[in-house]
Amino acid sequence: VTDKDQTKALPLPPPQARLAVPFLDIDEIIGDRDTKIIICCGSGGVGKTTTSAAIALRAAEAGRKVVVLTIDPARRLAQSLGVGELDNTPRPVPVIDTTAGGSLDAMMLDMKGTFDDVVIAHSTPDKAEAILQNQFYAALSSEFSGTQEYMAMEKLGQLHSEAEAHGTWDLIVVDTPPARSALDFLDAPEHLSSLLDGRFLRLLMPPARGPLRLMSAGFSMMSAVITKILGAQIINDVKTFVRAFEALFGGFRQRATATLELLSSRHSTFLVVATPQHDALREAAYFVDRLTEEAMPISGMVINRVHTSALALSPERALAVAEDLTSSSAALEVEALRRHANLMRLITTESRQIERFASARPTVSQTLVQSLPTDVTDVAALRRVGVLLADKD
Amino acid sequence: VTPRHTWHIVSGKGGTGKTTIAGALACALATSGRRVLLCEVEGRQGIAQLFDISPLTGAEERRISRTPAGGAVYGLAIDAEDALMEYLDTFYHLSLAGKALDRFGAIDFATSIAPGLRDVLLTGKVYEAVRRKIKNRPNAYDAVVLDAPPTGRIAQFLNVHAAVAGLAKVGPIRNQADSIMRLLRSAATTVHLVTLLEDMPVTETEEAIAALRPTQIRIGTVIENMVTPTPLGQDQLQAAAAGSVILKVPGLSVKQNRALASEFAIEAGRTLQEQQRHERLTALGLPLVQIAFDHGGIDEGSIFAIAEQLTDQMSLEAA
Repeated sequence: VTDKDQTKALPLPPPQARLAVPFLDIDEIIGDRDTKIIICCGSGGVGKTTTSAAIALRAAEAGRKVVVLTIDPARRLAQSLGVGELDNTPRPVPVIDTTAGGSLDAMMLDMKGTFDDVVIAHSTPDKAEAILQNQFYAALSSEFSGTQEYMAMEKLGQLHSEAEAHGTWDLIVVDTPPARSALDFLDAPEHLSSLLDGRFLRLLMPPARGPLRLMSAGFSMMSAVITKILGAQIINDVKTFVRAFEALFGGFRQRATATLELLSSRHSTFLVVATPQHDALREAAYFVDRLTEEAMPISGMVINRVHTSALALSPERALAVAEDLTSSSAALEVEALRRHANLMRLITTESRQIERFASARPTVSQTLVQSLPTDVTDVAALRRVGVLLADKD
Repeated sequence: VTPRHTWHIVSGKGGTGKTTIAGALACALATSGRRVLLCEVEGRQGIAQLFDISPLTGAEERRISRTPAGGAVYGLAIDAEDALMEYLDTFYHLSLAGKALDRFGAIDFATSIAPGLRDVLLTGKVYEAVRRKIKNRPNAYDAVVLDAPPTGRIAQFLNVHAAVAGLAKVGPIRNQADSIMRLLRSAATTVHLVTLLEDMPVTETEEAIAALRPTQIRIGTVIENMVTPTPLGQDQLQAAAAGSVILKVPGLSVKQNRALASEFAIEAGRTLQEQQRHERLTALGLPLVQIAFDHGGIDEGSIFAIAEQLTDQMSLEAA
């Protein structure tokens, strides 16, 4: 039995789940050699990692040379791809079909490792050493969340340069952190610029030159306030860090700007992943609107875990029949009917949610992926998800 | 009865319904005459959506629900920038300096460039609400429920003040950080982890418990959400899952009965898997609470229904 057959054996979505919105054709996206980066975003728990991995696998088996980057801290992709521990190095996924000439590498972002590499690569050994030893840097690069988004962009930039230079890959699939902060990279260049140009950092430095010198009364006041609040020792750490790091900021900004340009080009595309629940679709709406606002290229929506039934029996009728089955030997029948009634009510709730979303954003194309009976934990299951993703029915 | 906990922290993997559970827990804790504050920190306006009210903005603590038991639930959406301004004003009477800092880009720096500071400010604000005193009452709120960041980040989020304490050896920041960690580690604080009976949420729950252990913050309960109870035994479920039962529902055709049986096979298989995951969670040795799946979606009525299930199973201190 092939995977395709197994998929076909599963029941099709009922008519109410099918919509008049455009269909999101995954095969068209991965078949287009001009597509070089696919970014999957969405709220937590909607199957982003699975979707990214399934798309990467499908693309690889269709002949693309793919690397999939996950920046989610949970080691889920590793489980799905059976490559054990993922780290900052892309590792080949061995059990795939390479007859079409493709390949698949997988990696997980190591936030601190990426940050350290940047520091080492872009400063003198002395300065690098000073930065790596600094307490403020240690906290910034490992204990503080949110550095993740910047490092993901650094890593994406690195992978892209490597792909361009050596032809290692022709498609990068990116999984994003499960929060709105996934889109923080859109603001990264601006934030880094404001940090670089920002007067705040200058506040920490002696105003040797420039207009700030004229404000030195105000400056001393501010400096005193900051010291009072943060404590003198933390300020010293920050000062040392900033002094050593100043030269690096420019590079960060430049690369973040370049990556952002790459992401808004025709070589990139965003997929917004959701499930047919109110919360997940509300977050999806935020992602769609934010990306549209920033004129980023969106291909459409993947809606995972859509429930289906092959039995056209209304929940009311199923429950009525179950109620009439009083004999104790019919326990299985009663439970089966009760479960069917629940399922039909769930399907109605989900269809209503999907329809609401579609009526508010009718131009956003969609592909629905039905709920799977078991967890996706191996390559064969990922392949089936790929089939469902690409399937119009 | 003296309340055992005043600070309830609710976390869970994305999609497990942690916001719904946090809202229901706040309602369950708001028994007769009690005031409970429900906080969110992720800027999603999850509380407003859940209770179907207009967005909560600024430092506003608005009453969002009167519970059937006669208590009141207040809502607060904490914003890091507001929290910093308030912090400067309260502790240093520096509201003007705060505005100046804002003009200098310091607040943007504090909350965006070094995002860990955001967590510092957010937890600091919740701490303030937990400790706040008002006239004639021991506390402004009898309990505070925090809809916290997801399990993947919860230990880092709650332990941020320990990281701060490592950075700032002396000074007011250090004192504040120490006080917050003391409260977090005290018996007044408890963490509830919401999970589904699916593999990944259960794995993340196990990971979160392991990550929280070194922080010395107590875990109260693991809440199994969206559970479908069944009257059937293992043997019956196994037979159904294997597809070896023939259903004979009168009034349905043979074909329909077969379709029902294959649909039920998937359902029974899922239930068996859920039972295995329940075993995994049982092995953690923490109190477990089960919340039934609501197939019709969540509204204010269903929040109270969930609150009732929590009250029945959690022996809440307010009872």
